[in-house]
Amino acid sequence: MTSPTISAAPPVGPGYALSAENEATLLAGVRKSNRNAALKVWALRAVIVAVWLGSWELTATYVIDPFFYSKPSLIWDRLIQWFSAGTQFGSVWENIGYTVLEATAGFAIGTVAGIVLGVLLGRSRYMAQVFSPFIKAANAVPRIVLAALFIIWFGFGISSKIATVVVLVFFAVFFNAFTGAREVDGNVVNNARILGASKRKILTSIVLPSATTWILSSLHTAFGFALIGAIVGEYAGAKHGMGMLIANAQGTFDSAGIYAGMIIVTVVALLAESLITTAENKLLKWRPSQVQNQIKGI
Amino acid sequence: MPGNKAPLIELKAATKRFPKNGGGIHTAIRDVNLSIAPGEFVAVVGPTGCGKSTTLSLISGLQPASEGETYVRGDRVTGIPAGVGYMFQADATLPWQTVLDNVASGPRYRGASKAEARAQAREWVQRVGLGKFEKYYPHQLSGGMRKRVALAQTLVNEPEIMLMDEPFSALDVQTRQLMQQELLRLWSGSDAAVVFVTHDLEEAIALADRVVIMTASPATIKAEFRVDLPRPRDVEEVRLTPEFLAIYRQVWDSLRDEVEQARATAGQPDAK
Ligand SMILES: Nc1ncnc2c1ncn2[C@@H]1O[C@H](COP(=O)(O)OP(=O)(O)OP(=O)(O)O)[C@@H](O)[C@H]1O
Ligand SMILES: [Mg+2]
Repeated sequence: MTSPTISAAPPVGPGYALSAENEATLLAGVRKSNRNAALKVWALRAVIVAVWLGSWELTATYVIDPFFYSKPSLIWDRLIQWFSAGTQFGSVWENIGYTVLEATAGFAIGTVAGIVLGVLLGRSRYMAQVFSPFIKAANAVPRIVLAALFIIWFGFGISSKIATVVVLVFFAVFFNAFTGAREVDGNVVNNARILGASKRKILTSIVLPSATTWILSSLHTAFGFALIGAIVGEYAGAKHGMGMLIANAQGTFDSAGIYAGMIIVTVVALLAESLITTAENKLLKWRPSQVQNQIKGI
Repeated sequence: MPGNKAPLIELKAATKRFPKNGGGIHTAIRDVNLSIAPGEFVAVVGPTGCGKSTTLSLISGLQPASEGETYVRGDRVTGIPAGVGYMFQADATLPWQTVLDNVASGPRYRGASKAEARAQAREWVQRVGLGKFEKYYPHQLSGGMRKRVALAQTLVNEPEIMLMDEPFSALDVQTRQLMQQELLRLWSGSDAAVVFVTHDLEEAIALADRVVIMTASPATIKAEFRVDLPRPRDVEEVRLTPEFLAIYRQVWDSLRDEVEQARATAGQPDAK
């Protein structure tokens, strides 16, 4: 086709033209100032951690009883011991593995169920009206108590923990998926209908993507809940897992062991968090804030 | 000349009411009778808030009439009729898709393969002058550029009925004239009927076969003016001809009363 294009000015790129070396120095300057800013942030963080751990170590050595409050060096020793010699319940990796397995399996099931139900109810006014009192009631139940019930139902194995995780994760994801599906811009949906989208296409190509922002933001808290669910489930009764190690440490007045367990779980949670953030950035690269992050400061 | 063919679009005593905020009923349009022939270019003008967009949404089948009927090709409109393209007044591009994929979405929905759809889309993206911005996301574009994306998105489906709601209002004068010219070129090569809502009377007369004036709210059709300027038209040149000015004066006389009335009642929507 040789039809003329219709723009007033010859289409130049975004922004006015910079000479090549000018652009290079500008970009180099931005990179350098970004690096310096990051360095400053990390330096202050290191100082905060050093002051906190140092004061804890000193007070626990000279003022308070380390038997109850433990101290950084004892916790460090316990971590070394767990990772080198293992715990009394098998290697620490094995226990971490159980907890992570329960959390991720429950997280996956709960997330999928939450998204499916949330989007369906979000798109159907009638269904939403029918189910809303049930869902509100179910959400008001102190669900963590179910961990005890699930042990009676499913036994001490991992299925009772997965069940606990599912009920915690489900509601966190459900409400966001519901809101996300409901907040879809009506104009965009109408436009898609005019362009020829079927009902199913509207769901998959309009509703789901626009609810994605909402859903992804719920996944951060949801994975936190997943770990809590797994740990509480194990705490209530299990043969493996970090929750069981912590419960056992409590039973033997091993406060360093409780802290050590906490630290391991925290590291796992941070790793998962960074994975979720990576996935989020990938899926939401169209968002203004996302694009701006990559080029901030120019 | 259209007019003696069977109408493509027909509104028969169409009335649309909306629930008012805080109770009550607002009548947006009442007793609108309008008939548009295949291949006809009709411009709709009227004071702001009178019900022009509502009229388009009835034709598109997105909203049912409260009373009266809409027909497209002689069939009563219940869903979205085939072959309708609708360029909305508000932004309706998909924020998570690039310009190219936004334009490709129409063919995709209609079953084209991804490569096919993209090839079609690329051609239209270039025609609206956004070739360099294919990979941009809507929020990285200016308002006028987003309008052009919407235009390409509508035209790529080659609609037989084109509903356009103030499509060029966000563009600068030169780009607007280029787009108007391009629209006329595309339209004359097709057999599409266009219903074109605008606030710009010059634009309405320069483009259309017929200008329809709507009254202040609740809108009904006040008058229609046939524009018998010869085609093909040059949108820039035609404005300077005495025939154009004569029609302009006529149409403006009719529209002015409505605009003044709308202005007088503005800010007191419950007066009546
Ligand atoms: N979904 C809706 N719910 C309630 N009222 C509505 C709705 N859509 C339109 N209206 C009302 O109907 C009237 C006509 O609206 P419409 O959008 O058709 O005006 P318009 O002629 O397109 O105005 P403009 O030129 O400013 O775009 C307005 O008073 C508006 O408040
Ligand atoms: Mg309007």
